[in-house]
Amino acid sequence: MAQGITEIDDMGFETEVLKSDKPVLIDFWAPWCGPCRAIAPILEEIAKEYGDKIKIVKCNVDENPVSPGKYGVRAIPTLIVFNKGDISDQIVGMVAKAKLVESIKKVIG
Amino acid sequence: MAETHYDLVIIGGGPAGLTAGLYAARSRLNVVLMEKIVPGGQVLVTDWIENYPGFSGISGPDLIDKMVEQTKQFNLPIESNEVLSMDLSGAIKTIKLYDRQITAKAVIIATGASPRTPGIGEDRYVGRGLSYCATCDGPFFKEKVVVTVGGGDTAVQESIYLTRFAKKVYLVHRRNALRAAKILQERAFENPKIEMVWDSVISGIDGEAGVEGVRVKNVKTGDERQIPCEGCFIWIGILPNIGFAGAALQLDEQGFIVTDEHMRTSIPGVFAAGDIRNTPLRQISTAVGDGAVAAMAAEHYIENLKS
Repeated sequence: MAQGITEIDDMGFETEVLKSDKPVLIDFWAPWCGPCRAIAPILEEIAKEYGDKIKIVKCNVDENPVSPGKYGVRAIPTLIVFNKGDISDQIVGMVAKAKLVESIKKVIG
Repeated sequence: MAETHYDLVIIGGGPAGLTAGLYAARSRLNVVLMEKIVPGGQVLVTDWIENYPGFSGISGPDLIDKMVEQTKQFNLPIESNEVLSMDLSGAIKTIKLYDRQITAKAVIIATGASPRTPGIGEDRYVGRGLSYCATCDGPFFKEKVVVTVGGGDTAVQESIYLTRFAKKVYLVHRRNALRAAKILQERAFENPKIEMVWDSVISGIDGEAGVEGVRVKNVKTGDERQIPCEGCFIWIGILPNIGFAGAALQLDEQGFIVTDEHMRTSIPGVFAAGDIRNTPLRQISTAVGDGAVAAMAAEHYIENLKS
């Protein structure tokens, strides 16, 4: 696992995401998803550059159906930015790093 | 500090751009490939490729990994950056990127194409049951009913792929015969999970939080009916990713860049390769051919500038 990115499961979702002190960027992914694999390096870069201000987590939708189901995720990658338990931004599909950084900057001030 | 002047700038990291980059790097041109997101383009969302020679079968992401790996062997710089605008008119081309401005003697546009959308108010369902990528989203529809739309290779191949998960696939096509390769048609017709909905177009999507049904209209009788389903996948052709370059270049009626057999566009020093150009066939195998031709043509063009 890359530095600064935590893999979370349904059990840990509430603690790690909803009750996190820092804003959270969650990446819903699965091993069979080519675009998910393709954007992984972008998330790693973001973790390195902004890891002190935002928590980056990944959630494997194959192993954890509850959390993606709760947020209506039926396409991956889906990236959601949470701030104090609320959704700040939701991005479906592949995304350029610059656009993701814009989303993050809305919550890290 | 990143460079600001290049011999050649390649825009787009699909098979056409990567091949152009491979050839340009081997020619020792001062080249850079600009890719907006990550290399791969439409191939990244292709489940299985069995018509690219040399591979009896390979997944799209695996093929792209190999192509990128091969360009690294020759030190092709691939930069993750977005082109915002270009001034192509002069001998020196100016390209405005997300974070800086660069110049180049020649430019190869290989920005590809994106799925055409039907324009029936579908946007709010994207990621909520509506998809253009079976390999990304197919597994969400285990034992569910899905509707697919289209009649070309992509529509038929991906519909077959979806039967691995879905219990039923309704394939909606506006005519009474498919355009897809015969071998794909045979597989679709033999597949017990696929039911053809002929002479029909998608006229709407129903559902509150997500897709609950797709409305289809028979173009011969005018009858409209709803097919209850949880997923809808649409492959009704592609549109060129022309955005920033369109105004200056000669385009065909569909908006694809017109080129000659050397991939030269209407502007000297500007070349186009792959799905973005007015080509009779849009395949990985044709895109890589375009990329090679474009790189050689660009190299000749740059050499002639010197003399």
